[in-house]
Amino acid sequence: MSSTQVKRKKVRGVHEVSPIDVYRLLPGTNCGECGEANCMAYAARLVNGEYTLENCPPLNEENNKKLRISLGELTAPPVREISFGDARSSIKIGGKHVLFRHEFTYHNPVPIAIDVEDSLSGEEIVKRVNSIENFLYNYIGREMRLDAIAIRDTTGEPERFANAVRIAREHSDKPLILCTYNPKVMEKAISLIPDSRPLLYAATTENWKEMAEIALNFSSPLVVSSPGDMGKLLSLATTLEASGVPDLVLDPGTFLEEDIAITISNFTALRTSVFRDGSQNIGYPLLGTPITAWAGEDLSPEVSAWREAWAAPVLMSRYTDLLIMHSLEGWALLPALLWRFNLYTDPRKPVAVDAGIRPVGSPGKGSPVFITTNYALTFFTVESDVKSAEIDCYLLVVDTGGLSVESAVAGRYLNPSSIAEAINGFCLSDLVDHRKIIIPGLAARISGDTEEVTGWEVLVGPKDSSGIPLFLRNRWNNS
Amino acid sequence: MSEETRKEGIIPGLPVTLESRLLSLLKGTDKVILEGVELELGELELFLPLNLNGPQVLHQSVEKALPQKERHFPDSLVDMQFLPVQEKYPGRVREVLLGATAKNGGTRSHSVTIGGSTSTALSSLANPYSNPPLISLDVFDMHVPLPRALRANIEDVMDDPGEWAKRNVEKFGADLVTIHLMSTDPLISDTSPRSASETVECILSAVKVPVIVGGCGDPKKDALVFSEIAEMASGERLLFNSVTLEMAEARTLEPLIEKVKEHEHTVLGFTGLDLNRAKELNRRLYDSLSPDQIVMDLTTVALGYGLEYSFTIHERARLLALIGDTELQHPTISASTNAWSAREAWMKMDPLYGDTAIRGPLWETVNVCTLLLAGVDLFLMMHPAAISTVREIVNSYKQGISKVPAHIYDWTGMKT
Ligand code: SF4
Repeated sequence: MSSTQVKRKKVRGVHEVSPIDVYRLLPGTNCGECGEANCMAYAARLVNGEYTLENCPPLNEENNKKLRISLGELTAPPVREISFGDARSSIKIGGKHVLFRHEFTYHNPVPIAIDVEDSLSGEEIVKRVNSIENFLYNYIGREMRLDAIAIRDTTGEPERFANAVRIAREHSDKPLILCTYNPKVMEKAISLIPDSRPLLYAATTENWKEMAEIALNFSSPLVVSSPGDMGKLLSLATTLEASGVPDLVLDPGTFLEEDIAITISNFTALRTSVFRDGSQNIGYPLLGTPITAWAGEDLSPEVSAWREAWAAPVLMSRYTDLLIMHSLEGWALLPALLWRFNLYTDPRKPVAVDAGIRPVGSPGKGSPVFITTNYALTFFTVESDVKSAEIDCYLLVVDTGGLSVESAVAGRYLNPSSIAEAINGFCLSDLVDHRKIIIPGLAARISGDTEEVTGWEVLVGPKDSSGIPLFLRNRWNNS
Repeated sequence: MSEETRKEGIIPGLPVTLESRLLSLLKGTDKVILEGVELELGELELFLPLNLNGPQVLHQSVEKALPQKERHFPDSLVDMQFLPVQEKYPGRVREVLLGATAKNGGTRSHSVTIGGSTSTALSSLANPYSNPPLISLDVFDMHVPLPRALRANIEDVMDDPGEWAKRNVEKFGADLVTIHLMSTDPLISDTSPRSASETVECILSAVKVPVIVGGCGDPKKDALVFSEIAEMASGERLLFNSVTLEMAEARTLEPLIEKVKEHEHTVLGFTGLDLNRAKELNRRLYDSLSPDQIVMDLTTVALGYGLEYSFTIHERARLLALIGDTELQHPTISASTNAWSAREAWMKMDPLYGDTAIRGPLWETVNVCTLLLAGVDLFLMMHPAAISTVREIVNSYKQGISKVPAHIYDWTGMKT
């Protein structure tokens, strides 16, 4: 008997697809509906990750169906994109084109789901759901929120679980994850919300057939769970694929403490295999469950929340596409929320913003002038602080080679002459009739020399721009 | 898979990977090897899907479920093995030895080695660390304003660098100690090189671990101070933190590295998130130093203030090094105490966000963990809680010979 090695699929993300190949499959009418002058321009921006197929409306037309299917295959990410939720609110997960962030922007920021256990009273459930719904942190002018609700079956009672699901659904539009290994419990709950497309957790080696039935009956995506056993995980995924369940999510198990290495290795190995070896069908989104920190032996809630808090960003960095967490403590969620936002930004985006004068609000001749560096994060932080405090002012952005205040002072990029250059180069004296500048508190040590070199009075501002409103009250409005 | 089959989509609805297997099967292959697991044709037929949903080309296509009778499930689970890809890289990060024992001309009780990686960090249990990442704790030579959460552990020794260093080693288990000679800054106290050197001497006699010497950031003053110390501590294999391209501009780099070479120390090349500059600096250092005397600091920015730039540049640098860029094949360090500059680490916030006593160390922890994943070899840290968490992760890797977790907890059914 002859044996043949399976031909390996060449795995490539959309960034490696030639725009010409995309162009060949476009309607070619240059109709401009996508906002580009022609199809070629659209093709170039599509492979650059700036557009998706939805941006070309003619592709939805019946006679373009073939093109759309071919394009979908051509530009499909090696890690499939899967959605759950319904028209009220849905979430896309996965859809990864690359292994490393520097290769191409990561798509679909990791949603964070918070659990609700079904043994809570109706009132408690409403309260928890509302907390999830209302959680909000403002970060450089952006709103960081939680994304989904994971209802857990802790009693094995179908009624109880279904009731919790119903309450959650009534009080929130956020997509749901239904967590039970019991097909009867699952079936009962999903029958109540048949069109919601929740994510079903989970199919295991024990229940996969029944779970597959439910997933197919309700067109819902299904998590395949095999904690710690990657062979079984692959078996399950392959079997369910063969059963015709189209949308799978993989749960390789999240272990913390002394087993954290196994967790990181498994996630890394699964994702690496997708990109380095297309032969194994594991190109599905990965689920991480920092909530595991709360299971196991009794720990103080602080220790559990602490573990969850650092594990969440670690999992995000190591290829998790969806997280389930328990803590609603702000401090425990902040690292994950901020890191998600940062990790999913465009790595090609320059670290620096342009030097120059930026008015904030509607400044006049008497408005204060703040000196800041052209490091993007410094600039956006200061800008967002003065904006949210509704301060009319000018920001004088000095070219510090994209370094933050502290590094720029240490490295002598922010110095009296670079400030003088900015003042003169951008004609600050035309904009204000006073002769005062406010330098960052971290640059205090150059204040004397700066007065000498620039001839402007130098006020030393707060070390952190969050202190600007108070500073102005004490030092500007009274001066 | 060929372009032709890709376009025709012979078996729509199947992920291309499985489709390609079945296709080769249909083309007359009688046996398929799936990553070491052999499946006979008969077995495979069992799971030829009959209920073919439409292609999942676009994420929003919600499929209508097919009537039950058309469903055919495999009788049992397909038996598969997962064989992780073992990535082999041609390059290797150099090892740098820090601290010299009496045998090697110093006075340290032991040396430590950083670097030596042959694969991306924490990528696999099969690739354990050649040299696990180490932790250095900070000491300052003058009174510095520190957040309360950091001050609490060292308040009583802050005026005595020697005692502070001892506390770091004895109580917090520092692998190395960094003495920051901040007072040498011409804009602060302008402490003389001689007196800075005495501070370092005091550290060297207080603790026996390898020592890192930090300057004030002034390219001229640092060179003077480091040169003096290099001579005083001849043979100790100190790590000078840091040497920069600004020193090259100020023409202080060359004389300094000559001294470093003569007295057998090591240097930390600092550049600001720019690999080209990091390489340029290394090329200048190669003029006098042996590559195994060079460590890189590519800049660590706090979470929320650009940590992603640090993360990505370290990932890139390590990957390039492994692929074979010799100018980047140096171990890296991260000044992770920079995490404390994030306002989330020190600022009083709404009670919902907890106290800085927990947010601060958490910020430091996340900074370190993130760069640990990116391959950093040595971390400058301060908070005990962050240190113990990072040790937990590193130890897990060191001991991670078993692939089976010690505990599998059911979080689904737990009661909280
Ligand atoms: S909308 Fe589509 S068809 Fe029209 S110009 Fe853009 S790419 Fe071409």
